[in-house]
Amino acid sequence: MRKLVRHLAAMAAIVVAGGLLSATLVRLAPGFGTDERQLDSRLSSESVEALRQARARDRNIPSFYLHYLLRALRGDLGESRTLNRPVRQLLAERLPVTARLVGAGLLAGWLCAVLLAVGATLTRKPACDLLATLVGALFLSVPAAVLALLFVFASAPACLAIALVVFPKVFSYTRNLLAKSYSLPHLMTAYAKGSGPLRILVWHVLPVAGTQLLAVAGISVSIALGAAIPVEALCGIAGIGQLAWQAALGRDLPLLVNLTVLVTVVTLAANWGSEFAGRDLRTREA
Amino acid sequence: MRRVRQSAWVLLALVVIGSLGAGLWAPADYATQFREAPNSPPSHQHWLGTDELGRDRFSRVLYGTRVSLLMAPAAALLSTLLATLAGGIAGYLGGWWERIAMAATDLFLSMPWLFLLLVVRAMLPLNVSPITSIAVTFLLLGLLGWAASARVLCAGTRGLRDSDFVLQARASGLRGFRLLALHVMPNLKPVLLAQFWISIPVFIISEANLGILGLGVAEPLPSWGSLLRELEGFTSFGFEAWKLVPLLLLVLVVSSFQIILSRDEVYA
Repeated sequence: MRKLVRHLAAMAAIVVAGGLLSATLVRLAPGFGTDERQLDSRLSSESVEALRQARARDRNIPSFYLHYLLRALRGDLGESRTLNRPVRQLLAERLPVTARLVGAGLLAGWLCAVLLAVGATLTRKPACDLLATLVGALFLSVPAAVLALLFVFASAPACLAIALVVFPKVFSYTRNLLAKSYSLPHLMTAYAKGSGPLRILVWHVLPVAGTQLLAVAGISVSIALGAAIPVEALCGIAGIGQLAWQAALGRDLPLLVNLTVLVTVVTLAANWGSEFAGRDLRTREA
Repeated sequence: MRRVRQSAWVLLALVVIGSLGAGLWAPADYATQFREAPNSPPSHQHWLGTDELGRDRFSRVLYGTRVSLLMAPAAALLSTLLATLAGGIAGYLGGWWERIAMAATDLFLSMPWLFLLLVVRAMLPLNVSPITSIAVTFLLLGLLGWAASARVLCAGTRGLRDSDFVLQARASGLRGFRLLALHVMPNLKPVLLAQFWISIPVFIISEANLGILGLGVAEPLPSWGSLLRELEGFTSFGFEAWKLVPLLLLVLVVSSFQIILSRDEVYA
């Protein structure tokens, strides 16, 4: 319990620091504080002054960030400058889209990676091993943005582009883990006693590799989230990735800070979730 | 597998030599426009055709490869140096230094790499000269890509700090920088080299991602990222296959790196 509280406190500190870092970067960016609406001749001088005042409040980063945190605690995440809509509403609309895309991509990527890694390890033929290495290296070498463009061209589901980004990394880890697990001495005994390949895989290999595979699961969420940015931006999917892209180009401070906090929370939660699950598995084994 | 690795080395050497001698065998400068022949297919004069501005694609691929292949190792060197400073010193000193360095590492690693890169790149000036854009793009890769390597180096240095031979050196009166320079750093060399080589393909791919999204090297200077932007207007695999040459080259080079590095990964 004490460890959990300490972990949550560390997570909160990293999230707050991440948000502050993002706010500082936006504040220092060239062009910050300008609003093209100030050039609109239809607006009265009072309206232009009001716009200038609103921007001036954001210039002091500690003050902006403190007010942001206090408002966020009450559930008010501010308003997007580029889209002129409440950030909370934008996140509520787009988060499920990205969750579905990333979830489907992760599922497909993991399925392919684990099946291919198990196949390559079980066959133990140099040709299969070489083929698996080449397939992994090939997909590891294609940028996520290129995959997104090719999927747009082929009118294929965008989640498969995410799957192809996740697949080579998971495959590479999984294959190495399985190879190490298969070389353990107790497996020789199991083979000698006549256990079948499936029984050995389920009862002896997966429990050993399981804890480390859970750690890879946490990392793969971060990889998939990163890949979602070019995939959503280039495939025209209205999710969090596309929103991050628009916010970064428009230097939309409230939106960017919220997105940084959100992405940091999701990544940390995935990593620590997998870490705790791994510990739980190890405790049960012990 | 050994033959595949040898082939990867040969391919990598050929591409590096080819790109370094771009000025010698490129039929035209990367910015020269043949205005009478925009979007032309491959011909005797233009081996890979021309782009929409009438620039010779083969010359641009050669120059672009040179930019990507020279700058990615430079960025990898910078990130490895930063990782050595942050992770190596933190691991050696331990205590609060280590905690602070690891907290900074956690902060950088808590955001997906591409998200962090896009956010920070978009914050920097976008309307800059081509040379400045190269410097900005690859400096950014080097400055932001140190965190994972720092963690590995911190663990490595911590292990060395607590090792018997360092304890013996301490007992013999060796302290501070001399101990670090004479006993710790030479033993960290394999880890440093591994981190450097691992970073190169990662940075090549990251530059390509940034380039496709319009945040990489500025026109008219080519890089693999900016060359791949052409795929946005891609209409057919059969009729415009030559447009895929930069992608093919990128995949071959990065795959070669992966195949060469995979041996170390297995041994590790």
